[in-house]
Amino acid sequence: MIEVRGLTYRYPNTERDVLRGIDLSIGEGELVGVVGANGAGKSTLCYALSGFVPHFFGGTLAGQVTVAGHDVPRTPVGELASDIGLVFHNPFNQISGARFTVLEEVAFGLENMGVPADEMRVRAEAALAATGLTDLAERSPFALSGGEQQRLAIAAVIAMQPSVLVFDEPTSQLDPAGTRAVFEVLRRLVRERRATIVVVEHKLGWLAASVDRLLALHEGKLVADGPPREVLAQAMDHAWGMGATIYTRTVQTLLARGLIPPQPLLPATLEQAVEAAR
Amino acid sequence: MTIIVRDAVFEYTSDVRALDGVSLSIAPGESVALVGENGAGKTTLAKLLNGLLRPGAGSVEVDGHDTRTRTPAQLSRHVGFVFQNPDDQLFARSVQAEVAFGPRNMKLAEAEVEARVAQALADVDLAAETAHHPYDLPVPQRKLVAIAAALAMHTPVLILDEPTIGQDGQGIERLGALVDRLHDEGRTLITITHDLDFCLAHFDRVVVMAGGKILADGPATEVLNQADLLAQAQVEPPQLVQFALALGWREVPRSPAEFADIYAERKARS
Repeated sequence: MIEVRGLTYRYPNTERDVLRGIDLSIGEGELVGVVGANGAGKSTLCYALSGFVPHFFGGTLAGQVTVAGHDVPRTPVGELASDIGLVFHNPFNQISGARFTVLEEVAFGLENMGVPADEMRVRAEAALAATGLTDLAERSPFALSGGEQQRLAIAAVIAMQPSVLVFDEPTSQLDPAGTRAVFEVLRRLVRERRATIVVVEHKLGWLAASVDRLLALHEGKLVADGPPREVLAQAMDHAWGMGATIYTRTVQTLLARGLIPPQPLLPATLEQAVEAAR
Repeated sequence: MTIIVRDAVFEYTSDVRALDGVSLSIAPGESVALVGENGAGKTTLAKLLNGLLRPGAGSVEVDGHDTRTRTPAQLSRHVGFVFQNPDDQLFARSVQAEVAFGPRNMKLAEAEVEARVAQALADVDLAAETAHHPYDLPVPQRKLVAIAAALAMHTPVLILDEPTIGQDGQGIERLGALVDRLHDEGRTLITITHDLDFCLAHFDRVVVMAGGKILADGPATEVLNQADLLAQAQVEPPQLVQFALALGWREVPRSPAEFADIYAERKARS
Protein backbone atom coordinates (compact mmCIF):
# COMPACT_ATOMS: atom_id res chain seq x y z
CA MET A 1 0.00 0.00 0.00
CA ILE A 2 2.99 2.27 0.68
CA GLU A 3 6.24 1.87 -1.27
CA VAL A 4 9.09 4.29 -0.72
CA ARG A 5 12.40 3.90 -2.59
CA GLY A 6 15.49 6.03 -2.06
CA LEU A 7 13.52 8.99 -0.72
CA THR A 8 15.76 11.99 -0.10
CA TYR A 9 14.30 15.43 0.53
CA ARG A 10 15.47 18.95 1.26
CA TYR A 11 13.27 21.95 2.14
CA PRO A 12 13.70 25.05 -0.04
CA ASN A 13 16.43 27.51 0.99
CA THR A 14 18.09 25.02 3.33
CA GLU A 15 21.38 23.19 3.06
CA ARG A 16 20.61 19.85 4.65
CA ASP A 17 18.65 16.80 3.53
CA VAL A 18 16.00 16.10 6.16
CA LEU A 19 15.19 12.67 4.69
CA ARG A 20 18.10 10.60 3.46
CA GLY A 21 17.65 7.50 1.31
CA ILE A 22 14.52 6.09 2.93
CA ASP A 23 13.36 2.66 1.72
CA LEU A 24 10.08 1.47 3.12
CA SER A 25 7.28 -0.91 2.32
CA ILE A 26 4.00 -1.02 4.25
CA GLY A 27 1.20 -3.44 3.43
CA GLU A 28 -2.58 -2.92 3.47
CA GLY A 29 -4.05 -3.04 6.97
CA GLU A 30 -0.78 -2.41 8.80
CA LEU A 31 -0.62 -0.07 11.81
CA VAL A 32 2.92 1.27 11.91
CA GLY A 33 4.43 3.63 14.48
CA VAL A 34 7.21 6.11 13.78
CA VAL A 35 9.58 7.35 16.49
CA GLY A 36 12.60 9.62 16.53
CA ALA A 37 14.04 12.64 18.28
CA ASN A 38 12.77 16.09 17.32
CA GLY A 39 14.34 16.98 13.99
CA ALA A 40 14.79 13.34 12.94
CA GLY A 41 12.46 13.79 9.94
CA LYS A 42 9.23 12.30 11.28
CA SER A 43 6.89 15.12 10.24
CA THR A 44 8.63 15.44 6.87
CA LEU A 45 8.04 11.73 6.23
CA CYS A 46 4.34 12.28 7.02
CA TYR A 47 4.26 15.15 4.51
CA ALA A 48 6.06 13.07 1.87
CA LEU A 49 3.56 10.20 2.23
CA SER A 50 0.60 12.56 1.88
CA GLY A 51 2.01 14.78 -0.88
CA PHE A 52 2.41 18.02 1.12
CA VAL A 53 6.08 17.40 0.37
CA PRO A 54 6.87 18.44 -2.29
CA HIS A 55 3.56 19.94 -3.53
CA PHE A 56 2.95 22.43 -0.72
CA PHE A 57 6.43 22.95 0.70
CA GLY A 58 8.44 22.87 -2.56
CA GLY A 59 12.03 21.79 -2.10
CA THR A 60 14.00 19.01 -3.77
CA LEU A 61 12.78 15.44 -3.70
CA ALA A 62 14.58 12.41 -5.10
CA GLY A 63 13.38 8.81 -5.12
CA GLN A 64 9.94 7.26 -5.38
CA VAL A 65 6.87 7.50 -3.15
CA THR A 66 3.92 5.35 -4.15
CA VAL A 67 0.87 5.38 -1.86
CA ALA A 68 -2.48 3.71 -2.61
CA GLY A 69 -1.43 3.39 -6.24
CA HIS A 70 -0.54 7.08 -6.64
CA ASP A 71 2.86 8.33 -7.70
CA VAL A 72 2.70 10.91 -4.89
CA PRO A 73 5.34 13.45 -6.01
CA ARG A 74 3.74 13.58 -9.47
CA THR A 75 0.06 13.69 -8.44
CA PRO A 76 -1.74 16.89 -7.35
CA VAL A 77 -2.68 16.91 -3.64
CA GLY A 78 -6.34 17.32 -4.57
CA GLU A 79 -6.30 13.92 -6.29
CA LEU A 80 -4.54 12.31 -3.33
CA ALA A 81 -6.91 13.63 -0.67
CA SER A 82 -9.65 11.02 -1.10
CA ASP A 83 -7.17 8.15 -0.68
CA ILE A 84 -4.58 9.56 1.72
CA GLY A 85 -5.46 11.46 4.89
CA LEU A 86 -3.02 13.48 7.00
CA VAL A 87 -3.65 14.69 10.54
CA PHE A 88 -1.18 17.49 11.31
CA HIS A 89 0.55 17.60 14.65
CA ASN A 90 -0.76 21.07 15.30
CA PRO A 91 -4.58 20.85 15.06
CA PHE A 92 -4.80 24.61 14.52
CA ASN A 93 -3.26 24.00 11.08
CA GLN A 94 -6.00 21.58 10.13
CA ILE A 95 -9.18 23.48 10.79
CA SER A 96 -10.41 25.12 7.60
CA GLY A 97 -11.90 28.23 9.20
CA ALA A 98 -14.46 28.06 6.39
CA ARG A 99 -17.26 26.50 8.46
CA PHE A 100 -19.20 27.61 11.51
CA THR A 101 -19.80 24.39 13.42
CA VAL A 102 -17.87 21.27 14.31
CA LEU A 103 -20.28 19.11 12.29
CA GLU A 104 -19.88 21.33 9.22
CA GLU A 105 -16.12 21.28 9.61
CA VAL A 106 -16.12 17.47 9.54
CA ALA A 107 -18.42 17.50 6.50
CA PHE A 108 -16.30 20.09 4.67
CA GLY A 109 -13.94 17.61 3.03
CA LEU A 110 -16.86 15.36 2.04
CA GLU A 111 -18.63 18.30 0.38
CA ASN A 112 -15.53 18.97 -1.67
CA MET A 113 -15.52 15.32 -2.75
CA GLY A 114 -19.16 15.63 -3.88
CA VAL A 115 -20.51 13.07 -1.39
CA PRO A 116 -24.37 13.07 -1.38
CA ALA A 117 -25.92 14.97 1.56
CA ASP A 118 -27.46 11.92 3.29
CA GLU A 119 -24.26 9.97 3.23
CA MET A 120 -22.30 13.05 4.26
CA ARG A 121 -24.33 13.42 7.44
CA VAL A 122 -24.00 9.72 8.32
CA ARG A 123 -20.24 9.76 7.82
CA ALA A 124 -19.69 13.05 9.63
CA GLU A 125 -21.77 11.96 12.62
CA ALA A 126 -20.00 8.59 12.79
CA ALA A 127 -16.62 10.36 12.78
CA LEU A 128 -17.75 12.67 15.60
CA ALA A 129 -19.00 9.69 17.61
CA ALA A 130 -15.72 7.82 17.09
CA THR A 131 -13.76 10.78 18.47
CA GLY A 132 -16.18 11.58 21.31
CA LEU A 133 -17.29 14.92 19.87
CA THR A 134 -21.00 14.27 19.32
CA ASP A 135 -22.01 16.68 22.11
CA LEU A 136 -19.94 19.46 20.58
CA ALA A 137 -21.34 19.11 17.02
CA GLU A 138 -22.98 22.56 17.02
CA ARG A 139 -20.08 24.48 18.62
CA SER A 140 -17.71 26.71 16.69
CA PRO A 141 -14.44 24.90 15.90
CA PHE A 142 -12.60 27.88 17.37
CA ALA A 143 -14.42 27.62 20.71
CA LEU A 144 -12.88 24.20 21.35
CA SER A 145 -9.98 23.45 23.67
CA GLY A 146 -6.66 22.25 22.21
CA GLY A 147 -7.55 18.63 22.95
CA GLU A 148 -11.00 18.98 21.38
CA GLN A 149 -9.54 20.63 18.27
CA GLN A 150 -7.13 17.74 17.98
CA ARG A 151 -9.99 15.26 18.06
CA LEU A 152 -11.86 17.38 15.48
CA ALA A 153 -8.85 17.24 13.15
CA ILE A 154 -8.88 13.45 13.48
CA ALA A 155 -12.65 13.27 12.90
CA ALA A 156 -12.39 15.40 9.74
CA VAL A 157 -9.82 13.04 8.27
CA ILE A 158 -11.47 9.75 9.20
CA ALA A 159 -14.80 10.97 7.75
CA MET A 160 -13.08 11.04 4.36
CA GLN A 161 -12.49 7.27 4.74
CA PRO A 162 -9.11 7.32 3.01
CA SER A 163 -7.44 3.93 2.61
CA VAL A 164 -4.19 5.32 4.02
CA LEU A 165 -4.07 7.56 7.11
CA VAL A 166 -1.03 9.40 8.37
CA PHE A 167 -1.14 10.81 11.91
CA ASP A 168 1.55 13.22 13.11
CA GLU A 169 1.44 13.18 16.94
CA PRO A 170 -2.35 12.86 17.09
CA THR A 171 -2.48 12.81 20.90
CA SER A 172 -0.03 15.57 21.85
CA GLN A 173 -2.76 17.74 23.42
CA LEU A 174 -4.79 14.91 24.88
CA ASP A 175 -5.13 13.56 28.39
CA PRO A 176 -4.60 9.83 28.97
CA ALA A 177 -8.29 9.03 28.43
CA GLY A 178 -8.25 10.96 25.14
CA THR A 179 -5.02 9.24 24.11
CA ARG A 180 -6.53 5.83 24.84
CA ALA A 181 -9.61 6.71 22.77
CA VAL A 182 -7.51 7.81 19.77
CA PHE A 183 -5.45 4.62 19.78
CA GLU A 184 -8.69 2.63 19.99
CA VAL A 185 -10.00 4.49 16.93
CA LEU A 186 -6.80 3.69 15.02
CA ARG A 187 -6.97 0.00 15.88
CA ARG A 188 -10.64 -0.12 14.91
CA LEU A 189 -9.95 1.53 11.53
CA VAL A 190 -7.35 -1.16 10.84
CA ARG A 191 -9.56 -4.00 12.06
CA GLU A 192 -12.88 -3.00 10.50
CA ARG A 193 -11.80 -1.18 7.34
CA ARG A 194 -8.35 -2.58 6.75
CA ALA A 195 -7.05 0.97 6.72
CA THR A 196 -3.28 1.37 6.46
CA ILE A 197 -2.04 3.69 9.20
CA VAL A 198 1.23 5.42 9.92
CA VAL A 199 1.37 7.20 13.29
CA VAL A 200 4.14 9.40 14.67
CA GLU A 201 4.18 9.60 18.47
CA HIS A 202 6.46 10.62 21.33
CA LYS A 203 4.36 8.58 23.76
CA LEU A 204 6.50 5.48 23.36
CA GLY A 205 4.64 3.44 25.97
CA TRP A 206 1.38 3.86 24.06
CA LEU A 207 2.99 3.01 20.74
CA ALA A 208 4.73 -0.07 22.10
CA ALA A 209 1.41 -1.37 23.38
CA SER A 210 -0.59 -0.46 20.26
CA VAL A 211 1.38 -1.20 17.10
CA ASP A 212 2.99 -4.34 15.72
CA ARG A 213 5.68 -2.53 13.84
CA LEU A 214 7.80 0.47 14.64
CA LEU A 215 10.07 2.59 12.46
CA ALA A 216 12.87 4.65 14.01
CA LEU A 217 14.24 7.73 12.26
CA HIS A 218 17.55 9.31 13.17
CA GLU A 219 18.95 12.33 11.36
CA GLY A 220 16.78 11.68 8.32
CA LYS A 221 17.60 8.01 7.97
CA LEU A 222 15.43 4.98 8.65
CA VAL A 223 17.65 3.27 11.22
CA ALA A 224 15.35 0.55 12.57
CA ASP A 225 12.19 -1.21 11.42
CA GLY A 226 10.63 -4.07 13.35
CA PRO A 227 8.63 -5.12 16.44
CA PRO A 228 8.39 -2.21 18.95
CA ARG A 229 10.30 -3.99 21.66
CA GLU A 230 13.28 -4.65 19.43
CA VAL A 231 13.30 -1.20 17.87
CA LEU A 232 13.07 0.58 21.24
CA ALA A 233 15.88 -1.57 22.65
CA GLN A 234 18.03 -0.63 19.66
CA ALA A 235 17.10 3.05 20.09
CA MET A 236 18.30 2.86 23.67
CA ASP A 237 21.60 1.18 22.70
CA HIS A 238 22.34 3.72 19.99
CA ALA A 239 21.19 6.81 21.96
CA TRP A 240 19.09 8.13 19.08
CA GLY A 241 17.60 10.73 21.41
CA MET A 242 13.94 9.67 21.27
CA GLY A 243 14.10 8.47 24.87
CA ALA A 244 12.74 5.18 26.11
CA THR A 245 9.59 4.07 27.89
CA ILE A 246 9.77 4.34 31.67
CA TYR A 247 9.49 0.53 31.73
CA THR A 248 12.59 0.16 29.59
CA ARG A 249 14.54 2.67 31.69
CA THR A 250 13.49 1.10 34.98
CA VAL A 251 14.37 -2.45 33.98
CA GLN A 252 17.66 -1.18 32.60
CA THR A 253 18.38 0.37 36.02
CA LEU A 254 17.58 -2.94 37.74
CA LEU A 255 19.96 -4.69 35.33
CA ALA A 256 22.73 -2.13 35.83
CA ARG A 257 22.54 -2.68 39.57
CA GLY A 258 22.63 -6.45 39.17
CA LEU A 259 19.18 -6.89 40.75
CA ILE A 260 17.76 -9.06 37.97
CA PRO A 261 19.41 -11.57 35.64
CA PRO A 262 20.45 -10.45 32.12
CA GLN A 263 17.48 -10.10 29.76
CA PRO A 264 17.42 -11.26 26.15
CA LEU A 265 15.60 -8.02 25.25
CA LEU A 266 14.67 -4.93 27.28
CA PRO A 267 10.91 -4.56 27.91
CA ALA A 268 8.87 -1.83 26.24
CA THR A 269 5.46 -2.38 27.87
CA LEU A 270 4.14 -2.83 31.41
CA GLU A 271 3.47 -6.55 30.89
CA GLN A 272 7.01 -7.15 29.59
CA ALA A 273 8.49 -5.13 32.47
CA VAL A 274 6.54 -7.06 35.11
CA GLU A 275 7.75 -10.31 33.56
CA ALA A 276 11.37 -9.10 33.74
CA ALA A 277 11.04 -7.91 37.35
CA ARG A 278 9.27 -10.96 38.78
CA MET B 1 5.46 34.49 48.23
CA THR B 2 2.33 32.73 49.43
CA ILE B 3 -0.69 32.15 47.19
CA ILE B 4 -4.09 31.70 48.83
CA VAL B 5 -7.23 30.79 46.89
CA ARG B 6 -10.49 30.92 48.82
CA ASP B 7 -13.74 29.43 47.45
CA ALA B 8 -12.94 30.67 43.97
CA VAL B 9 -15.68 30.45 41.36
CA PHE B 10 -15.22 31.28 37.70
CA GLU B 11 -17.66 31.12 34.80
CA TYR B 12 -16.71 31.77 31.17
CA THR B 13 -20.41 31.97 30.26
CA SER B 14 -23.41 31.71 32.53
CA ASP B 15 -23.89 28.01 31.75
CA VAL B 16 -20.25 26.85 31.95
CA ARG B 17 -18.82 26.95 35.46
CA ALA B 18 -15.10 26.29 34.97
CA LEU B 19 -14.26 26.58 38.68
CA ASP B 20 -16.82 25.67 41.29
CA GLY B 21 -15.54 26.65 44.73
CA VAL B 22 -11.81 25.97 44.79
CA SER B 23 -9.63 26.58 47.86
CA LEU B 24 -5.93 25.96 48.21
CA SER B 25 -2.84 27.64 49.50
CA ILE B 26 0.65 27.33 48.09
CA ALA B 27 3.65 28.18 50.27
CA PRO B 28 6.89 29.69 48.95
CA GLY B 29 9.17 27.11 47.35
CA GLU B 30 6.49 24.46 46.83
CA SER B 31 6.29 22.49 43.59
CA VAL B 32 2.69 21.71 42.71
CA ALA B 33 1.18 19.83 39.77
CA LEU B 34 -2.45 20.34 38.73
CA VAL B 35 -3.78 17.20 37.07
CA GLY B 36 -7.13 16.12 35.65
CA GLU B 37 -8.82 15.56 32.32
CA ASN B 38 -9.21 18.23 29.61
CA GLY B 39 -11.81 20.72 30.82
CA ALA B 40 -11.36 20.00 34.57
CA GLY B 41 -10.50 23.65 35.29
CA LYS B 42 -6.71 23.40 35.60
CA THR B 43 -5.78 26.20 33.19
CA THR B 44 -8.57 28.42 34.54
CA LEU B 45 -7.21 28.01 38.07
CA ALA B 46 -3.69 28.78 36.87
CA LYS B 47 -4.89 31.94 35.14
CA LEU B 48 -6.48 33.09 38.40
CA LEU B 49 -3.10 32.78 40.10
CA ASN B 50 -1.41 35.31 37.83
CA GLY B 51 -4.38 37.63 37.50
CA LEU B 52 -5.14 36.91 33.83
CA LEU B 53 -8.58 35.99 35.16
CA ARG B 54 -10.34 37.28 38.30
CA PRO B 55 -12.63 35.07 40.34
CA GLY B 56 -16.37 35.67 39.95
CA ALA B 57 -16.78 34.82 43.64
CA GLY B 58 -14.24 34.03 46.35
CA SER B 59 -10.75 35.49 46.29
CA VAL B 60 -7.17 34.94 45.18
CA GLU B 61 -4.31 36.44 47.15
CA VAL B 62 -0.72 36.65 45.91
CA ASP B 63 1.84 37.80 48.47
CA GLY B 64 -0.92 39.25 50.63
CA HIS B 65 -2.57 41.24 47.82
CA ASP B 66 -6.00 40.43 46.42
CA THR B 67 -5.45 39.93 42.66
CA ARG B 68 -8.44 42.21 42.00
CA THR B 69 -6.36 45.12 43.33
CA ARG B 70 -3.42 44.39 41.01
CA THR B 71 -3.03 44.67 37.25
CA PRO B 72 -1.81 41.62 35.28
CA ALA B 73 1.33 43.68 34.50
CA GLN B 74 2.05 44.13 38.23
CA LEU B 75 1.41 40.46 38.92
CA SER B 76 3.61 39.38 36.01
CA ARG B 77 6.65 40.41 38.06
CA HIS B 78 5.68 37.90 40.72
CA VAL B 79 4.05 35.10 38.79
CA GLY B 80 5.45 33.96 35.43
CA PHE B 81 3.21 32.01 33.08
CA VAL B 82 4.12 29.79 30.14
CA PHE B 83 1.08 29.11 27.97
CA GLN B 84 0.20 25.66 26.67
CA ASN B 85 0.32 26.93 23.09
CA PRO B 86 3.49 29.02 22.63
CA ASP B 87 1.83 30.85 19.74
CA ASP B 88 -0.45 32.56 22.28
CA GLN B 89 2.63 34.14 23.78
CA LEU B 90 5.34 34.82 21.19
CA PHE B 91 5.37 37.97 19.10
CA ALA B 92 8.93 39.33 18.70
CA ARG B 93 11.06 39.04 15.56
CA SER B 94 13.93 37.15 17.08
CA VAL B 95 14.41 34.67 19.88
CA GLN B 96 16.76 37.17 21.56
CA ALA B 97 14.21 40.01 21.39
CA GLU B 98 11.42 37.75 22.60
CA VAL B 99 13.27 36.71 25.73
CA ALA B 100 14.59 40.24 26.36
CA PHE B 101 11.13 41.83 26.13
CA GLY B 102 10.05 41.22 29.71
CA PRO B 103 13.30 42.20 31.45
CA ARG B 104 13.60 45.29 29.24
CA ASN B 105 10.07 46.29 30.20
CA MET B 106 11.14 46.11 33.83
CA LYS B 107 13.65 48.86 32.98
CA LEU B 108 16.63 46.75 33.94
CA ALA B 109 20.11 47.86 32.86
CA GLU B 110 20.96 46.52 29.39
CA ALA B 111 23.87 44.44 30.74
CA GLU B 112 21.51 42.78 33.20
CA VAL B 113 18.95 42.16 30.44
CA GLU B 114 21.60 40.51 28.27
CA ALA B 115 22.90 38.37 31.11
CA ARG B 116 19.39 37.17 31.93
CA VAL B 117 18.60 36.40 28.28
CA ALA B 118 21.83 34.45 27.82
CA GLN B 119 21.22 32.44 30.99
CA ALA B 120 17.57 31.71 30.15
CA LEU B 121 18.40 30.57 26.60
CA ALA B 122 21.25 28.40 27.90
CA ASP B 123 18.82 26.85 30.41
CA VAL B 124 16.59 25.61 27.59
CA ASP B 125 19.49 24.80 25.24
CA LEU B 126 18.59 27.47 22.69
CA ALA B 127 21.78 29.56 22.95
CA ALA B 128 22.52 28.86 19.27
CA GLU B 129 19.12 30.12 18.06
CA THR B 130 19.15 33.73 19.30
CA ALA B 131 18.91 35.33 15.85
CA HIS B 132 16.11 33.10 14.54
CA HIS B 133 12.56 34.30 14.16
CA PRO B 134 10.57 32.31 16.76
CA TYR B 135 8.15 31.15 14.07
CA ASP B 136 11.00 29.66 12.03
CA LEU B 137 11.52 27.19 14.87
CA PRO B 138 9.46 24.00 15.19
CA VAL B 139 6.69 24.08 17.82
CA PRO B 140 8.61 22.19 20.55
CA GLN B 141 11.41 24.75 20.32
CA ARG B 142 8.93 27.64 20.26
CA LYS B 143 7.66 26.27 23.56
CA LEU B 144 11.21 26.42 24.91
CA VAL B 145 11.46 30.06 23.78
CA ALA B 146 8.29 30.79 25.75
CA ILE B 147 9.79 29.07 28.79
CA ALA B 148 13.02 31.06 28.43
CA ALA B 149 11.01 34.30 28.22
CA ALA B 150 9.34 33.46 31.52
CA LEU B 151 12.63 32.38 33.14
CA ALA B 152 14.29 35.69 32.25
CA MET B 153 11.71 37.52 34.39
CA HIS B 154 13.14 35.85 37.54
CA THR B 155 9.68 35.65 39.06
CA PRO B 156 9.42 33.94 42.44
CA VAL B 157 6.49 31.92 41.11
CA LEU B 158 6.51 30.17 37.73
CA ILE B 159 3.50 28.44 36.14
CA LEU B 160 4.16 25.97 33.31
CA ASP B 161 1.10 24.85 31.31
CA GLU B 162 1.87 21.46 29.72
CA PRO B 163 5.64 21.99 29.43
CA THR B 164 6.40 18.53 28.00
CA ILE B 165 4.00 18.55 25.03
CA GLY B 166 5.87 17.75 21.82
CA GLN B 167 9.23 17.34 23.57
CA ASP B 168 11.21 14.19 22.80
CA GLY B 169 12.93 12.06 25.43
CA GLN B 170 15.97 14.33 25.68
CA GLY B 171 13.80 17.43 25.82
CA ILE B 172 11.72 16.03 28.69
CA GLU B 173 14.89 15.13 30.60
CA ARG B 174 16.26 18.63 30.11
CA LEU B 175 13.01 20.19 31.33
CA GLY B 176 13.00 17.90 34.35
CA ALA B 177 16.52 18.95 35.28
CA LEU B 178 15.54 22.61 34.89
CA VAL B 179 12.47 22.18 37.12
CA ASP B 180 14.60 20.46 39.76
CA ARG B 181 17.16 23.26 39.71
CA LEU B 182 14.53 26.02 39.98
CA HIS B 183 12.96 24.11 42.86
CA ASP B 184 16.36 23.88 44.60
CA GLU B 185 16.75 27.63 44.15
CA GLY B 186 13.56 28.09 46.14
CA ARG B 187 11.18 29.13 43.38
CA THR B 188 7.54 28.22 43.62
CA LEU B 189 6.69 26.00 40.65
CA ILE B 190 3.21 25.16 39.46
CA THR B 191 2.58 22.96 36.45
CA ILE B 192 -0.41 21.68 34.57
CA THR B 193 0.36 18.36 32.99
CA HIS B 194 -1.05 15.16 31.58
CA ASP B 195 2.40 13.62 31.83
CA LEU B 196 2.05 12.06 35.26
CA ASP B 197 5.46 10.36 35.17
CA PHE B 198 7.01 13.82 34.72
CA CYS B 199 4.81 15.14 37.51
CA LEU B 200 5.77 12.30 39.88
CA ALA B 201 9.49 12.69 39.18
CA HIS B 202 9.68 16.47 39.56
CA PHE B 203 6.74 17.82 41.61
CA ASP B 204 6.18 17.15 45.31
CA ARG B 205 2.50 18.00 45.60
CA VAL B 206 -0.39 16.99 43.37
CA VAL B 207 -3.80 18.65 43.11
CA VAL B 208 -6.33 16.47 41.29
CA MET B 209 -9.16 18.42 39.64
CA ALA B 210 -12.46 17.27 38.16
CA GLY B 211 -15.48 19.29 37.05
CA GLY B 212 -14.10 22.56 38.39
CA LYS B 213 -13.46 21.21 41.89
CA ILE B 214 -10.46 19.85 43.77
CA LEU B 215 -10.85 16.12 44.25
CA ALA B 216 -7.58 15.48 46.10
CA ASP B 217 -4.58 17.51 47.23
CA GLY B 218 -1.50 15.95 48.81
CA PRO B 219 2.03 14.61 48.40
CA ALA B 220 2.62 13.11 44.94
CA THR B 221 3.62 9.79 46.47
CA GLU B 222 0.35 9.55 48.41
CA VAL B 223 -2.02 10.72 45.67
CA LEU B 224 -0.66 9.18 42.47
CA ASN B 225 -1.00 5.56 43.59
CA GLN B 226 -4.73 5.85 44.32
CA ALA B 227 -6.03 4.40 41.07
CA ASP B 228 -9.71 4.55 42.12
CA LEU B 229 -9.50 8.18 43.15
CA LEU B 230 -7.63 9.15 39.99
CA ALA B 231 -10.19 7.30 37.87
CA GLN B 232 -12.85 9.72 39.16
CA ALA B 233 -10.83 12.46 37.46
CA GLN B 234 -10.32 10.29 34.32
CA VAL B 235 -6.64 10.04 35.20
CA GLU B 236 -4.47 6.94 35.45
CA PRO B 237 -1.51 6.48 37.82
CA PRO B 238 1.90 7.24 36.30
CA GLN B 239 3.38 4.31 34.35
CA LEU B 240 6.11 3.88 36.98
CA VAL B 241 3.45 3.58 39.70
CA GLN B 242 1.47 1.13 37.55
CA PHE B 243 4.65 -0.96 37.41
CA ALA B 244 5.00 -0.84 41.22
CA LEU B 245 1.29 -1.61 41.71
CA ALA B 246 1.53 -4.56 39.30
CA LEU B 247 4.27 -6.01 41.52
CA GLY B 248 1.98 -5.59 44.54
CA TRP B 249 4.03 -2.79 46.13
CA ARG B 250 2.61 -0.13 48.43
CA GLU B 251 5.73 2.02 48.15
CA VAL B 252 5.68 4.67 45.42
CA PRO B 253 8.99 5.14 43.56
CA ARG B 254 9.49 8.53 41.91
CA SER B 255 12.25 7.50 39.49
CA PRO B 256 13.83 4.33 38.06
CA ALA B 257 16.61 4.76 40.65
CA GLU B 258 14.11 4.85 43.53
CA PHE B 259 12.35 1.87 41.97
CA ALA B 260 15.64 -0.02 42.05
CA ASP B 261 16.21 1.01 45.71
CA ILE B 262 12.83 -0.37 46.74
CA TYR B 263 13.40 -3.49 44.64
CA ALA B 264 16.74 -4.08 46.37
CA GLU B 265 15.26 -3.57 49.86
CA ARG B 266 12.41 -5.95 49.19
CA LYS B 267 14.80 -8.51 47.74
CA ALA B 268 17.05 -8.25 50.81
CA ARG B 269 14.03 -8.74 53.11
CA SER B 270 12.64 -11.77 51.32
